[in-house]
Amino acid sequence: MGMKITLSVNGKPHTRECEPQTLLSEFIRETLRLTGTHVGCDTAQCGACTVHLNGRAVKSCATLAVQAAGAEITTIEGLAAADGTLHPMQAAFKACHGLQCGFCTPGMVMSAVDLVQHHGCQSERQVREALEGNICRCTGYHNIVKAVQQGAAAMKP
Amino acid sequence: MNARQGFIGQSVERREDGRFLTGKGQYTDDITLPGQTHAYFLRSPYAHARIQSLDTAVAAQAEGVLGIFTGEHFKAVGGLPCGWLINSLDGAAMKEPKHPVLADGKVRYVGDRVAMVVAETLEQAKAAAQLIDVQYEELTPVVDTGAAAGAASSVHDEAPDNRCYTWGIGDKDGAEAALKTAAHVTTLQFRNNRLIPNAMEPRCANAFYDTNADNYTLYVSNQNPHVERLLMCAFVLGIPEHKMRVVAPDVGGGFGSKIFLYGEETALVFASKSIRRPIKWTCDRSEAFLSDAHGRDHVSTAQLALDKDGRFLALKAETTANLGAYLSTFSSCVPTILHATLLAGQYRTPKIWCQVTAVFTNTAPVDAYRGAGRPEATYLLERIVETAAHEMGLDPAEIRRRNFITEFPYASPVGLTYDTGDYNATMTRAIELADVAGFAARKAASAAKGLKRGLGYSAYIEACGIAPSSVAGALGARAGLFEAGEVRVHPTGKVTIFTGSHSHGQGHETTFAQVVADKLGIPIDDIVIEHGDTSKVLFGMGTYGSRSLAVGGTAIVKAVDKIVAKGKKIAAHLMEAAETDIVFEGGEFKVAGTDRSVPFAQVSLTAYVPHNFPHDKLEPGLNENAFYDPSNFTYPAGTYICEVEVDPATGVTCIERMTAVDDFGNVINPMIVEGQVHGGLAQGIGQALLEQGVYDNESGQLLTGSYMDYAMPRADDLPSFTVETAKGTPCTHNPLGVKGCGEAGAIGSPPAVINAICNALGVKDVPMPATPYTVWQAARAAAR
Repeated sequence: MGMKITLSVNGKPHTRECEPQTLLSEFIRETLRLTGTHVGCDTAQCGACTVHLNGRAVKSCATLAVQAAGAEITTIEGLAAADGTLHPMQAAFKACHGLQCGFCTPGMVMSAVDLVQHHGCQSERQVREALEGNICRCTGYHNIVKAVQQGAAAMKP
Repeated sequence: MNARQGFIGQSVERREDGRFLTGKGQYTDDITLPGQTHAYFLRSPYAHARIQSLDTAVAAQAEGVLGIFTGEHFKAVGGLPCGWLINSLDGAAMKEPKHPVLADGKVRYVGDRVAMVVAETLEQAKAAAQLIDVQYEELTPVVDTGAAAGAASSVHDEAPDNRCYTWGIGDKDGAEAALKTAAHVTTLQFRNNRLIPNAMEPRCANAFYDTNADNYTLYVSNQNPHVERLLMCAFVLGIPEHKMRVVAPDVGGGFGSKIFLYGEETALVFASKSIRRPIKWTCDRSEAFLSDAHGRDHVSTAQLALDKDGRFLALKAETTANLGAYLSTFSSCVPTILHATLLAGQYRTPKIWCQVTAVFTNTAPVDAYRGAGRPEATYLLERIVETAAHEMGLDPAEIRRRNFITEFPYASPVGLTYDTGDYNATMTRAIELADVAGFAARKAASAAKGLKRGLGYSAYIEACGIAPSSVAGALGARAGLFEAGEVRVHPTGKVTIFTGSHSHGQGHETTFAQVVADKLGIPIDDIVIEHGDTSKVLFGMGTYGSRSLAVGGTAIVKAVDKIVAKGKKIAAHLMEAAETDIVFEGGEFKVAGTDRSVPFAQVSLTAYVPHNFPHDKLEPGLNENAFYDPSNFTYPAGTYICEVEVDPATGVTCIERMTAVDDFGNVINPMIVEGQVHGGLAQGIGQALLEQGVYDNESGQLLTGSYMDYAMPRADDLPSFTVETAKGTPCTHNPLGVKGCGEAGAIGSPPAVINAICNALGVKDVPMPATPYTVWQAARAAAR
């Protein structure tokens, strides 16, 4: 039984059919073909699927697509400026070597942006605690923490 | 820095990051092909059972179902091969029961593949799988590693006592004689805990058969696409190798678990010919826990004999290694060739004997995971050395210094020849960086708070840059372990490099380009690195065993050397000079001792527009291949020092300092190398403190089957690290002088962490993972 939902993704309105049980992560990846949002687990633990829903980070694998009806979604594809200039957090991840295989990276960056937007520039300990819901297997988090702190400084108005 | 040279040794930002940071990476699951269908695997709910009946008739009629495949379909094809033959001490070949693509009459672990359903949608495939009627006769599972040999139940009829092999290396009589007469003998028992690799991208495959061309394409999340193709074509499905293309696009981490040929992608390729549409399978994380090859899982007893001054006389180790239910691709060599040969470590131990019994159990196959055998050896050795130091009242650094190998090359008693190293240098620097001098004061400060602080060392060595093919072959390898590279210079002087190495996080697109930019003296932007596609890359053995730069990078350097040699001939012709007078530097071919030169791009253009060209001596074009087979392993080494603070009331261990000093020989990109060490440290600390794959001993059910149950290291479990790459001793047998850095962190760190905890509590042993409960128990026992 399909349902029709309208939502904005990266500033662009979409009206699509989806099943009631369709996850937001599936909707983004399969229906909209925005494959930058990754799915790394099935227990809402790894955070690779993190996107912004009305400006707050959510795990899109733990959100139904229908719950996002009417919402504004930002995915990793929508973070950089229209001219391709990287968001300061993206730039910090690159500068600090905060990514290796890149699979957790979209969720990590979206979580980091949310962290800074809503909690400001944080101590190392606070950054580590705030990233508890995003698992990375490559970097040992060392450079991710550096990147988040550098990105936070660059995001200051 | 000269814009055109000096890239080697620079922390050049990664060229691959742009696509990963903007969501433009192309991982296998991101690829959806026209007419895409989806596969779902019905897996065994039992650890050990006979399949009495398997009825797919109802499921086949379900909505959307296109095909159902079972073991019956694969009776005529081969099993998944094991790439390394190990012979037992009595000369008998290892037991090698068939590893079927889909279960054939019996299931041997929870998650074993029973059937594959292909349907229009994944939901339809899953729903239909529930309609498959399987009747099982449950059998007693064999689970525990230590109890498997001689257990009442047999995993395979071919190995009634569950032993795959009993293998040994070294001087048994000599080691035992030394143990009898030594001034001191330290004895320890170990369990090297079972780990589940957990690359963040779950395994995934998408297979397509082109009816008109009669060929196959397989996209697969894999570390070595040519090996995948060779094994699948030649040993299992009988597909002509040139009729199959394997593409491993962006791969979201591997750590060993994506080296292997698995049944899932093999079944997909097989089915694609009859389904005649592309079939995709993406592993759930829960499914990955059950079905990815696991790592480690050794039980060992070791004895170290010392003279009265703490000099090592002999080491004797007996290990039982759990290989799981079937022999995975490299499984048999991990506890033997990659483990026992490392037991000399950094020390002159004259007599070493290691015996390894490998057993089958009703658990997921066990194979190489970051470090593969070398972490197990390092854990055994560095734990027993540190324990011996404490037992003899010697400083742990001093006992190591007294035994360090200081002259090279050094032929160890377990088969390796170390080409170079400076173990004193890395240890001395690590002690400085870790501020060991200030430890006593920090310990006192902790004690004042009721906390226990401890310091632990680990001086590891690894053999990587796998591997000299003739040596590997003599030891049972069924494949070569060289690497291939191609340098394609375009007419305009731009360069495309094709490498058989595969990057799944290591940053080859940057590091390899730095090497080529330096060698050719051209801008890094003029170079593209291609990898991961058998239709583009001539051949490849792939990426594992910290081999990419030492072996794959050298193949590229060899091909670049051929380009330069040919370029000199062309340049000599253009400048009407003798070829022997031509030198190549800074991107220009020059006549030595004159101001005459031609730039690289003019030579490349001449090669492709050969109007003025020495046709009598040369072919047009500028394109070279090279295959490089190393003459030895490389031997990275270093010292890791861990400092912990333990709360004896709760058993919580906090890593206060983790210091790693590594000698990787020459370093191309320090930023990337340090990142590799960081990641390895996290996995090693994960093994020491958090991670353990646990099966229920009675039922054989996996108890740690999700991120709710298996403790992955998270950001707040770890400290920031102090990592330094020593100036080091360049590898003597490859032209870059590089050794390999991918596994060191995971190899060196677990014993440092456990040594630190033992030191804090004043106990002889704390088993891994040292969870708060385990540490609390050890603290309580010590306090009694």
